[in-house]
Amino acid sequence: MAARKHRRVGDSPLVRRTLIGLAVVLTVLLLFMPLVLIFVQAFAEGWAGYVSNILNEYTLHAIGLTLVVALLTVPLNMVFGVFLAWLVTRFRFPGRKLLTTLIDIPFAVSPVVAGLLFLLLYGSNGWVGQWLGEYDIQLMFSWPGIVMVTVFVTCPFVARELIPLMQQQGREEEEAGVVLGASGWQLFRRVTLPNIRWALLYGVILTNARAVGEFGAVSVVSGNIRGETNTLPLQVELLYQDYNTVGAFAASSLLAGIALITLVVKAIVEWRQSRN
Amino acid sequence: MSIEIQGINKFFDKFQALHDINLTIPDGQLTALLGPSGSGKTTLLRIIAGLETPEEGRIRFSGRDVTDLHVRDRRVGFVFQHYALFRHMTVAENVAFGLNVLPRKERPGKPEIRKRVKDLLEMVQLEHLADRYPAQLSGGQKQRIALARAMAMRPEILLLDEPFGALDAKVRKDLRRWLRSLHDELHFTSVFVTHDQEEALELSDQVVVMSNGRIEQVDTPLELYGRPDSRFVFEFLGQVNVLSGRIGDGVMRQGDAWIRLPEGCENDDAQLYLRPHEVRLTQAASDQAHLPFRIEAINLIGAEVRIELKPDGWECEELWEVGISHTEFNARQPQRGDRCFAVPDVGHLFCEHAAEPKTLEWR
Repeated sequence: MAARKHRRVGDSPLVRRTLIGLAVVLTVLLLFMPLVLIFVQAFAEGWAGYVSNILNEYTLHAIGLTLVVALLTVPLNMVFGVFLAWLVTRFRFPGRKLLTTLIDIPFAVSPVVAGLLFLLLYGSNGWVGQWLGEYDIQLMFSWPGIVMVTVFVTCPFVARELIPLMQQQGREEEEAGVVLGASGWQLFRRVTLPNIRWALLYGVILTNARAVGEFGAVSVVSGNIRGETNTLPLQVELLYQDYNTVGAFAASSLLAGIALITLVVKAIVEWRQSRN
Repeated sequence: MSIEIQGINKFFDKFQALHDINLTIPDGQLTALLGPSGSGKTTLLRIIAGLETPEEGRIRFSGRDVTDLHVRDRRVGFVFQHYALFRHMTVAENVAFGLNVLPRKERPGKPEIRKRVKDLLEMVQLEHLADRYPAQLSGGQKQRIALARAMAMRPEILLLDEPFGALDAKVRKDLRRWLRSLHDELHFTSVFVTHDQEEALELSDQVVVMSNGRIEQVDTPLELYGRPDSRFVFEFLGQVNVLSGRIGDGVMRQGDAWIRLPEGCENDDAQLYLRPHEVRLTQAASDQAHLPFRIEAINLIGAEVRIELKPDGWECEELWEVGISHTEFNARQPQRGDRCFAVPDVGHLFCEHAAEPKTLEWR
């Protein structure tokens, strides 16, 4: 009786065990099994088969292109995100609230739609595309287009991580710095950046993960030219459509590997963040 | 360095935070900006520092116009309400910040900086905390580090925003005394913002009382407490007992209460303001005043016994409060519910048709 008295709502062993059991089953079925399956399939032809699949000319090119896209996208969005967060949290101007809402547009819009929008604007028949065409500049169906849509799709990550943190930290420390004579750059490097570095790194990790894995928007603007405009996720799809299942899974395993590394780094950063 | 403030107007969108502020803060003195929240005192302080820009008006430091000078070039010391210590730097790094961001040719060498920091930490008696981080300090320690950091640039003007607001009573008192002695020793011009009357009156040479973005009165603490210019200042600076009534033939009346006024009071509607120490309590009414009360509450804690009084046969908005000594209390042993009378010694009369209040004496 005494034990019963102290029990809270939803605390009965039956409810608890059912819920935990359900969670475990779902996790195994939906998250764990597919991940294991990727690696099982990738190594279906043994280690040598795996290596030869990875070393496939087109897959290698796709890896290279994906890295280039990530290398261009991540620094660009890092700078952009910091700038945006700084703007929104440190200044009062008309349209500030609207801007904060607009930051989320890339999240709200389906990536395929984003890709189509870019195609409409910058394609050879598009408004900007026609004008650029006169100067022999082609953005769509080539790597600049892929970078453009990837930047668009991933641009909210850094700002979204920084804005709540910078809002919460307030501007007092920066004001203290400026009263003590710090210039704008000194203020950023010595006061602002150290305070936001973990959140910034977190945003960068998320940006990178998404930049590497983006499929929808990229597939619209890339034109799927094998060995030219195929990123890794597109290469996976192509291989799969060619009935090269093992090759597709081998390429997928690289993406899965990046995802796992991301999760580990993310966990470490989160741990550091909570300690600060 | 004196500070001259001339015709300052400040708006936040449509809200006018400051109305035509004119004020001179004398060199080497400790000045308090006192007012309730929303009175514009912090805004004025931030304008002096350069953290806010006024729409109109000029700020001069010893005659030099600094209105358009950037904060970082004004070289003032500023202590923030919530300290604003750099959380990722140690105490020593915090104090050294101002020196470390100087342009290379003005920056002292590393050993010189280290020595300056050591001296400053000695000044605030916290040398032993040099390697701690702000999160590891108590509120009082943080405040002293914030002061040391502000003093590192040897400013001639020190501005403090509610410097003791977030501290508990005991620490606050210690820090107040310490700041006073530091100021007497170093002779910089300081301005501090507070909403605590006691703090303002105790600490400062000059008090600027503000309300609704305007200056109500500028005076020494003694003058301010003894001769307030307005009802607002009177009510803001401590407990006040009010009798509202009508003056007729030299007597002010309301209900059963009446009080004979000294010569020369016009017939008018008026309010008589009395400080708790300007009133005596008696068993019987005197021939100059008939102010009957019932004792509502007795508070024994403190240097004086505070007695709250409810008017008997007349009305007032807030209960009256009178302080009597513990000796007097022990001799008379008043009880809750007892009837008694108040006899004023000094009072301040605010008439409806007079601009200035009048100080009356009965002794």
